[in-house]
Amino acid sequence: MTKRDQSQTLIVDAMQHEIDQRIVSFDVPGHKQGKGNPMLRDFLGDKAIHYDLNSRKTLDNLCHPTGVIYQAECIAAEAFNAGHAFFIVNGTTAAVQTMIMSVCKAGDKIILPRNVHRSAINALILSGAIPVYVNPGIDKKLGIGLGMAKKDIEEAILANPDAKAVFVNNPTYYGICADLKGIVQLAHSYGVKVLVDEAHGTHFYFGENLPVSAMAAGADMAAVSMHKTGGSLTQSSFLLIQNKADMGHVRQILNLTHTTSGSYLLLASLDISRKHLALEGVSVFNKVCKLTKYAREEMKKIPGYLVYDEALINGDTIGNVDPTKLSIYTKDIGLTGIEVYDILRDEYDIQIEFGDLGSILAIISVGDTSLMVERLLAALTDIKRKYKKDPSGMLDHEYIQPTIIRSPREAFYAETEVVPIKESAGRIMAEMIMAYPPGIPIAAPGELMSEEIIEMIFYAKSKGSFITGIEDTSITNIHVLKEDN
Amino acid sequence: MELWYTEQHTENVRFSILVEKQLFQGQSDFQRVDVFESKEFGKFFTLDGLMMVTEKDEFIYHDMIVHIPMATNPNIKKVLVIGAGDGGTVRELCRYSTIEHIDMVEIDKMVVDISLEYFPITACSLDDPRVSIYYEDGLKFVRSKDNEYDLIIVDSTDPFGPGEGLFTREFYGNCYHALNETGILVNQHENPYYDTYQHSMKRAHKRIKELFPVTKVYQAHIPTYPSGHWLFGYASKGIDPIKDLQADYWNGLNLTTKYYNTDLHIGCFMLPNYVKEQLEHVSE
Repeated sequence: MTKRDQSQTLIVDAMQHEIDQRIVSFDVPGHKQGKGNPMLRDFLGDKAIHYDLNSRKTLDNLCHPTGVIYQAECIAAEAFNAGHAFFIVNGTTAAVQTMIMSVCKAGDKIILPRNVHRSAINALILSGAIPVYVNPGIDKKLGIGLGMAKKDIEEAILANPDAKAVFVNNPTYYGICADLKGIVQLAHSYGVKVLVDEAHGTHFYFGENLPVSAMAAGADMAAVSMHKTGGSLTQSSFLLIQNKADMGHVRQILNLTHTTSGSYLLLASLDISRKHLALEGVSVFNKVCKLTKYAREEMKKIPGYLVYDEALINGDTIGNVDPTKLSIYTKDIGLTGIEVYDILRDEYDIQIEFGDLGSILAIISVGDTSLMVERLLAALTDIKRKYKKDPSGMLDHEYIQPTIIRSPREAFYAETEVVPIKESAGRIMAEMIMAYPPGIPIAAPGELMSEEIIEMIFYAKSKGSFITGIEDTSITNIHVLKEDN
Repeated sequence: MELWYTEQHTENVRFSILVEKQLFQGQSDFQRVDVFESKEFGKFFTLDGLMMVTEKDEFIYHDMIVHIPMATNPNIKKVLVIGAGDGGTVRELCRYSTIEHIDMVEIDKMVVDISLEYFPITACSLDDPRVSIYYEDGLKFVRSKDNEYDLIIVDSTDPFGPGEGLFTREFYGNCYHALNETGILVNQHENPYYDTYQHSMKRAHKRIKELFPVTKVYQAHIPTYPSGHWLFGYASKGIDPIKDLQADYWNGLNLTTKYYNTDLHIGCFMLPNYVKEQLEHVSE
């Protein structure tokens, strides 16, 4: 088969053609190339608002693509070495939901670690799939959840031979990768499919010497946030599948939740970013790796900060470490990651991706220069000097093993009552509560509340973490299942 | 035919100099570098199109950034100069025999190279044996220094390009740490007149004020810089630039200067009311 030309941008070309033809629009969007909304036009600029188009004959239709969108998807599929690539404009959340709902009907079992993103738990509520949780590995020092151990997955499969799929979070937010190839071989040997939340792994498809990507590892489906490290606009993603024969079924499932008014600005950003990475990816990510390596080496010279790197690799729960991530453990200087995050932002005008109880994460990407990296290093040096505290009395873990009483969907739709969080120990959660970011639930629907979880919530809150997910935005009360339920 | 160099001082204000010829044009890893020759200002060079140094008025800037701290503390022996690739600041420092060592940290070697070739007037002391030149980011250099310098001079570009990191809290915080207990920090402090510059001026002042017990601002008239009215920041861990002025000592050195004198030393700290008001309200 002849390779498709990766320098093409068919969606962008078709949009340009529409503009060049000076078509008179009697269709939506109603702002009509910005003429109807001068304030918005001034804010976004003429060009951006001009290209905010809607599905038309020449622009194809995202729900049922047969023209330029379909062709652009085929080109993207080749760039990712996938059977097919779906353009996603509802965020990677839509891709994660589609993966789960494509393989699980209500009542079907899915094996997954509990430290998944809220979008995966929400997909369980939507689909009615029953989670079989595998405890992720835990790093004692860092206090974070890692990948799943292969023997734990195998045990879960043997105990649940009817499970439809294993859902893997790879890499984690911190850049920790599981032994993905090993997991895929294992699952496939039992006829179980492998779905990968690869939100933070776009660059694995385009760089050199990076951890293995889901498609290369043989996974069946993967959700890839092109907007996170691939340079496209926020909310745009790819859903990849290994076997093109599944395309029709997956499209039907995707259309259950995907918008029917797909934004062409987002589609164009996917098209252009795919071209950029397909043509320049190797040099782009070599530059990123070089910058991050420099930052890691400089950080190692500052005692007190612990930098995540390849020394963590253990071949199982840490199969690899993403070299483009700058994850730093800060607790030895007496500061939670959340506190360092806040100081960087409030005192130094530096925004990082997130801070949690023990660590911070800085994303270094295609848009960064060494001058900006120096600012972060200088600020962390100064923070250690000025804010260092005695680290005793700090919570030492990020991840609490849940006790599951009900399926997420069952708990979510059950009869509930409202109780103060402080008095909720022993009750079954009907909603989800998490610190955001990273957006990994501390407790999810169907799980038993405990004193340990309550302590974690208020500790994170007291350190400045943004607690979210529950109905009561003051973070005082929660919905739990009625006792007789 | 007339060839004019034009700098956009604001969106609505331009400043132009009639150019005789262009002597150099280059793009470094950090910025575009141009050297011109003119009737009015002699040779001058620009970075990313912004005026840096002219042969005719460079003495004002270099006098004021060096002699103010030097007349305040005669015991200054070890100096760190950040930026200053044209060499003018180092030239003035080298006139003091009491100075033992100068570290100069310039991020862009091309600036030093063109200065050596076209501006011997400023670059003449860069080969002084007391001077060590480092080509790296000043922010990086200062990060690892501890209690080492008597004086740090930040002779930087505007905070809109590679100089941005030199107007930040992390930079001033690391400078504080790199200075010894009698240390002084002097920085180019932008102009108070035009809005865009005013904003960076106030921010820099706020950051320095949070760290140093003594902070003062002084001024000079520099014809080729936006608005002509330029500020410098003086900060120290204790030495006051007016009360501790060593006028007799400095006059006894018999240094000839075209702009600076010990009366002006006191006068330059007397600021117009609109500038005082801006500085007083920085924390809001």
